Amino acid sequence: MARSTKARGQTAAKANQPFLYRHYTPEQLREALRKMYLIRRFEEGAEESYMRGLIHGTMHLSIGQEASAVGICMALTDEDQITSTHRGHGHSIAKGADVKRMFAEFFGKTTGYCRGRGGSMHIADVTKGNLGANGIVGGGIPIAVGAALTAKRLGTGKVAVSFFGDGANNEGAFHEALNMASIWKLPVVFVCENNGYGMSTSVARSTAVPNIADRAAAYSMPGVIIDGNILSKVAEAANEAVERARLGQGPTLIECKTYRYRGHSKSDRNRYRTKEEIEQWMTQHDPISLYEAELREFGVIDEAGIAAIRADVEREIAEGIEYAKASPAPEIADLEQDVYTELA
Amino acid sequence: MNVAVEVKAETGARELTYAQAIQEAMALAMEADERVVLMGEDIGVYGGAFQVTGNLVERFGPERVIDTPISELGGAGVAVGAAVTGLRPIFEFQFSDFATLAMEQIVNQAAKMRYMLGGAVSVPVVMRFPAGSGTGAAAQHSQSLEAWFGHVPGLKVVQPATPHDAKGLLLAAVQDPDPVMIFEHKLLYKMKGEVPEGFYTVPIGKAAVRREGRDVTIVATSIMVQKALDAAATLAGEGIDAEVIDLRTIRPMDRKTVVESVKKTSRLLCVYEGVKTLGVGAEISAMVAESEAFDYLDAPIVRLGGAETPIPYNPDLERATVPQVENILAAARDLVRGAR
Repeated sequence: MARSTKARGQTAAKANQPFLYRHYTPEQLREALRKMYLIRRFEEGAEESYMRGLIHGTMHLSIGQEASAVGICMALTDEDQITSTHRGHGHSIAKGADVKRMFAEFFGKTTGYCRGRGGSMHIADVTKGNLGANGIVGGGIPIAVGAALTAKRLGTGKVAVSFFGDGANNEGAFHEALNMASIWKLPVVFVCENNGYGMSTSVARSTAVPNIADRAAAYSMPGVIIDGNILSKVAEAANEAVERARLGQGPTLIECKTYRYRGHSKSDRNRYRTKEEIEQWMTQHDPISLYEAELREFGVIDEAGIAAIRADVEREIAEGIEYAKASPAPEIADLEQDVYTELA
Repeated sequence: MNVAVEVKAETGARELTYAQAIQEAMALAMEADERVVLMGEDIGVYGGAFQVTGNLVERFGPERVIDTPISELGGAGVAVGAAVTGLRPIFEFQFSDFATLAMEQIVNQAAKMRYMLGGAVSVPVVMRFPAGSGTGAAAQHSQSLEAWFGHVPGLKVVQPATPHDAKGLLLAAVQDPDPVMIFEHKLLYKMKGEVPEGFYTVPIGKAAVRREGRDVTIVATSIMVQKALDAAATLAGEGIDAEVIDLRTIRPMDRKTVVESVKKTSRLLCVYEGVKTLGVGAEISAMVAESEAFDYLDAPIVRLGGAETPIPYNPDLERATVPQVENILAAARDLVRGAR
């Protein structure tokens, strides 16, 4: 008797909890934290490797945007597909990529996901449904709609997610793709990570509507605005939109309000925003700190648990960089391989 | 348009128009493979701006013959995304000129995705482009932009010149794992020719010698092939024996067939409708100049291409912008008789 009362009490307590804690197991919630650490430490590891001259080219870091990548991908299966952006490292990790092979790609090695042909801006892991980052703003949006067309036509039950930034919402591809997804009721979710700036130009200066999600109304789909730095809010919105897509009810536009701590790319001199603004986000609204605090509050993890995950991530990052360093460089003779499919 | 079939009693060969041949190829591809879908503007009940898709929507339904909004960039991108994930889309541009609106998806995405991802995907999309002048549609509906696409590694670019090849190259394109761009000349849509029944392919990357000759090699593309053959017939009466090569594919280009021919004839005339400068003929010329055929040349290489102007509206002006039979005749005579 006492036992069943207690069980009922637990059920009632759970019912009052936020969506995330009702929907996911503690293991899954801790894994989400681990992935957020992994993204941040990956970005920092990539940045450091770049500074040391181990990585050439440029890169666009997503530090500060981890909750959006992880929260959205929590609603997806390995079979669901995403298209990503030039700021795509976090999406790749959130979708299940191995940081070893990501580092190897950035180091230009044959063991990298793209065998050293793509680098940061084209990082992909098709086996986990990541159809690739993209160097063209808005380039991945119609491609995600195409993936959703395939899912609907072949009845695979897959959902496609297109990540893009606030800058992409002023590209024609965004508007054309959202319109087609809506008229054909395709299983696709559009995720705008609004970090406030398209390179240096603020959303206020570039965009005629106050919220990107306001544009959903023009395409007769739900437009959802969320605090993109609060994982539980992102995951809840993602689950709702993915369910809607899977049920054949059509697309959703989710706008995650977020912030990037680093500059647009490695050439950014940060002349368009203040130090105070950046510090405010870093100290007051950091997605990882917010999620850690929430997990502690709900008793999902303690300090020792956090320390263990952090240590685990440190080891994974260090091993990833070592793997990349030790991996072989491509043969010049293979330069033209994979321009076309070699027919047997 | 129904695929109305004419059967010649004596030979058993059928005559179809170029448009009918393309339609038949699409129907065969769709019957053979559920993954094949057609996409484009007004290709459903309207039947396509040039009636190439005709009544296919009645046979295969609107789920597989998909009318897109007037969104060339987005539509092309959807086709690319669908191709990467398991469909085999055939995307029709209403006019090849409208590809200018979709270059991002064609050039940055479709052409490069396999390479950028280290071979992890392929992009089996087919794009069809009604191209060329001669319809009085002026500067924005008459261009021959195939050379633009031929400049992009990752794309394959074909220009069928006959109903037979229009069907066979399209069926080859649908089976090809890489993106294939098909430039169909609008004036050829009504051209009739013998087309085998059933499934067959014409290999991409292989030119065809349409007429053998000893005195001059005329390498032509698309509608210029027939003009070259007409010119060759007249030249034969004048004692000039022209070899006519239908290039068929501009990327990858069939170097061997062209080089072997020039080694035999020692003279090269390139005839193409696209703007002459930096066009397909420039590549053919350079290819020959860089080859062992160079030492066989008895005269400078000659290119006949489109004028350095947008296509004008007035029919006489329009005709003057692209090579005509009389231009080919004059060029061939000069080449062979040493006027140059």
